[in-house]
Formats: sequence, structure tokens, C-alpha cells
Amino acid sequence: MRRFSWFNTTALTLGFAFLYLPMIILIVYSFNESRLVTVWAGFSTKWYGELLQNELFLDAAWVTLQVAVVSSTFATVLGTMAAYVLVRAGRFSGRTLFSGMIYAPLVMPEVITGLSLLLLFIGIGLDRGVLTIILAHTTFSMCYVSVVVSSRLVAFDRSLEEAALDLGCTPWEAFRLVTLPIIAPAVISGWLLAFTLSLDDLVIASFTAGPAATTLPIRIFSSVRLGVSPEINALSTIMIGIVTVGVITASLISKNAALRQRAEEQAAERAA
Amino acid sequence: MGRRLLIAVPYLWLLALFLIPFLIVLKISLSDPELAIPPYTPTLDWREGWAGFTEFLSQLDFENFVFLTEDDLYWKAYLSSLQIAALSTLLALLVGYPIAYAMARAAPEWRPTLLMLVILPFWTSFLIRVYSWIGILSTEGYLNQFLLGIGVISEPLTILNTNVAVYIGIVYTYLPFMILPIYAALEKLDDSLLEAAEDLGCSRLSAFWLVTVPLSKAGIIAGCFLVFIPALGEFVIPSLLGGSETLMIGKVLWEEFFSNRDWPVASAVAVVLLLILIVPIVLFQRNEQRQREAEG
Repeated sequence: MRRFSWFNTTALTLGFAFLYLPMIILIVYSFNESRLVTVWAGFSTKWYGELLQNELFLDAAWVTLQVAVVSSTFATVLGTMAAYVLVRAGRFSGRTLFSGMIYAPLVMPEVITGLSLLLLFIGIGLDRGVLTIILAHTTFSMCYVSVVVSSRLVAFDRSLEEAALDLGCTPWEAFRLVTLPIIAPAVISGWLLAFTLSLDDLVIASFTAGPAATTLPIRIFSSVRLGVSPEINALSTIMIGIVTVGVITASLISKNAALRQRAEEQAAERAA
Repeated sequence: MGRRLLIAVPYLWLLALFLIPFLIVLKISLSDPELAIPPYTPTLDWREGWAGFTEFLSQLDFENFVFLTEDDLYWKAYLSSLQIAALSTLLALLVGYPIAYAMARAAPEWRPTLLMLVILPFWTSFLIRVYSWIGILSTEGYLNQFLLGIGVISEPLTILNTNVAVYIGIVYTYLPFMILPIYAALEKLDDSLLEAAEDLGCSRLSAFWLVTVPLSKAGIIAGCFLVFIPALGEFVIPSLLGGSETLMIGKVLWEEFFSNRDWPVASAVAVVLLLILIVPIVLFQRNEQRQREAEG
């Protein structure tokens, strides 16, 4: 039995306090009556009301949501294809360049990705707006999706696919009926990752968004530069709440799926 | 046919939206800065064939790169980014290692929960996490109120808009990247090795230095790169928490582009930043590969 010493308890307590206190303070002060954010003046939900009246934030939130849903869906399709190519397609000319282009965006500073895409859009005369943000987000999130999906593809038994092909499936049917159900958890977490990356992105969106489209992070950033405001605290609390519920639900689902799978395997073993 | 289409779609997408844009940056960084709007001279005329291409090449020059070396703003910004990124990485290691260590020694049934508590902030908006520190660190912020309240200080500290705030911001936002690889390495650590070291007369502390630290080296290296690489090109943290003294290259590039509208210089700044990043990225890749080979 491992000793769980006072040192470990202190490290965990201080560590998690450091990680969570800033967000807890933010949430608590979003219910502050006063506009002076650092002085507590009683409980109130009025900033949430004001937030819902604020057309600028609502518009930006709508743009952000559209961009996130569309770009993460494209990114999931393209990223899954890319992962499949990397893991299953064998050798083809230009494979090194291909895998380089998958991994490079993961380490590329956002300012460079943003700048280069902007210069491309200007070069080909594409007006900046929702479409250009979607193109930009799809490009960098598909790389994250393909990393997540390919780690799952590497881990699974290829003979299952081969069996399906031997039994007369077309490659597409084999993918849809055998491969896809097995890699589905990775595809779903890839989509979620792409969705959060898109929701969260400030730098690349600032470069690729024109005056026609402003996303929520851009709006938050320009207002935060002027200092702390209770509306932003309220908005942050809502976003933290959504993410927390989402992550906990996702982890419960995957835990249940794992439990069910183990139960099925045990049942199969008993039957055999 | 199907296979070719499968390869072609993501391939062409990445060529068009990743590689070509980057080549454009490279080209503009070598172009003349006189024109503030495209097309930048020289332009490539395909109709003239090879002669046109050599003509195009001969007009490109390194003027913008020479400019970067002449104005000391730029190399100071590169050096100070390297320094800020390196020091914050070290701080993140000092903060993250004990947390990862304690997580790996916690009871197994607790570990998934602890792991989720580390990952959860990563899913929360980066911008909001940085923003949350403004209220804490400002002159009349919560930290100063607290310290004044308990009587540790008599004058409020100036932390916001200094480099100290930038260090705090980077450590805070990238801490999960440090904790996770170290935890992964420590979790695999066999306890009997520590027992053996203690049986052979090691004190617990020297067993830690001689056994635990070397065996978690791969995790430490991975964590350091995962913090250092994004911190180097960071823009949001220095611009929200830093002050006028904070020079970071991501911020310089942003201002060069959005305020000065000097695209060729901004592109040259980007190219040099990428050249600097190649070293840690290659080292990181090598560490990962060695790790994979060791696991066989």
C-alpha cells in the first residue's frame, strides 16, 4: 500500500486551488450587485439579464456557434479521412509531405497560421467573413482530429476489416460497417475537440474575420482590454458551465460504454 | 479510384490552406516593403516561363531580414520571448511536478477523477482563463485586497501589466500540458524499485533523485516542450497581462501587422520565429520517438 503523505495532500490541495480558484472567483463575482467588480455588494443576477440584452454579444455568439458547428463537422470528416490515409493507405508518393502537413499546424504559432491564411484570402480575393473563419478553423482542427482518430486506428485489429472484405464487402461498406463503429468514440471526441478549439480561438479568427463577422472571443478580447467587467464575468460563467456539463457528460458516457463493452466481453467469454 | 480520392481530398485541402499560405508568407517576407497593398513586387509572371521565374527570383531580397537585425526592437523581442518562455517552463515544471507526483501516488480509484480535474481547465476557454487573472492581480484586485487585509503588505503590489503577471499567466494556462506527460511517466513507475533503493540504504530523498526523477525524464522533457513551444509564440497572455515592458514576438508580429500595416516585415518576423521554433520541435519529436522505441 502506498503511503499518502502530507506532502502529497498539500501538493494536490495547493495545485488544484491554483487551477480552480481564479475560475471560482470569476463565477462568484459574476453574481455581484456592484459594477465595481472587486467590491462585493450583494447577490444579483442582473448582469446575466444585461448580457441577454446585449445585441453585440448575442450576434457574436451566433456567429461563433455557426462557425464552430460547421468547421468542426468538416474538420471531423477531413481529419478522419487523413487519419485513415496515414494509417491504412500504405505508401504513396508525397506521404512524408502529407504527414508533415498534418503535424506542422499542431505546433505552428497561431499568429503565423492566422497571418498566412489572411495573406492567402487576400491573394485570391476572397472577402473575409464567416466563410473564411470556417476555412481557417477547419484547416487547423482537422489536424487535431486526425491525431486523435489515428491513435485509435493504430490500436485496432486490422483483421476485422480484412474479414469484412473477404466476406464480400466493398471497401466503403467495410469502413462504414466495421471500422467506423469501432473508431466512433475517437471520431466523437475529435469532433468535440475541434468544436472547443473553434469556440475558443481568438488569434486565427482575428486575422481571418472581416468587419462583416465578429466572433465571441474577438468581442470578449476587445472588451477585456478595457478591464474587468461584470458582463464578461457572467458570460464566462455561462461558458464554464456549458463546458463542465459537457465534459462530465462525455466522460460518463464513455465510462458507461467501457463498462458495457467489458460486460459484453465477459458474457461472450462465458458463452464460449 | 476510391483510394486516390480518399488521399486527394485531405491532401489538396492541406496544400491549399496550409502549405501555399505559408509559401505566400515566405514570398512576401522577401518582397519590397514600399507597397503597403498587394500585389507586392516582384510578381511572378507565369507566361514568361522559366525566364520570368529567374527574373522573379532575382528581384527577391533579404531587405526585411536585414531590417530585423538593424532595429534592435526585433532581436530584443526574440530574446525576451525565449527568456520568458524558458523561465515559465521552469516554473511550470516546479509547480507541475509535485502535482503529477501526488496524483500518481493517490489511490487508484481517485486517479480518474484527479485526471479529469486536470483536463477540465484545458477544455475551458483559454481567453477566459487568462482574463480571470486580471481581476486577481490588478492594484485593487483580490490578491492585493487579501494581502492588505491580513497585513502582509501595507502598499498594494503592482503585478498586473508586468512580466510577473505574464509568467503567472503562462504557468496557469499551460500547467495541464506539464502535468499530464509527467503523470503518465510516474504512473508506470514500479514501486518495488523505490523499495529496493531504500533497502540498499538510500534515504527517501535520494531515492527520489536517483530513481524517480531519472525514470520520469521522458515525461519531464515532453512536458517542458509542450509548455515552451506554444509559450514562445504566445500573443493573448502578454497582451492582456503584460505591460509596455513585456516584449514578446507574437505581440510584435500582431502589432506590425494590425497597427503598422507593414506586411513584409510581419512576414519576415513570422519566418524567423518559425526558424527558431524548428530546434525545439525537432528535439521534441526525437524525444517522443525515443520514448516509443523504448516502449517497443
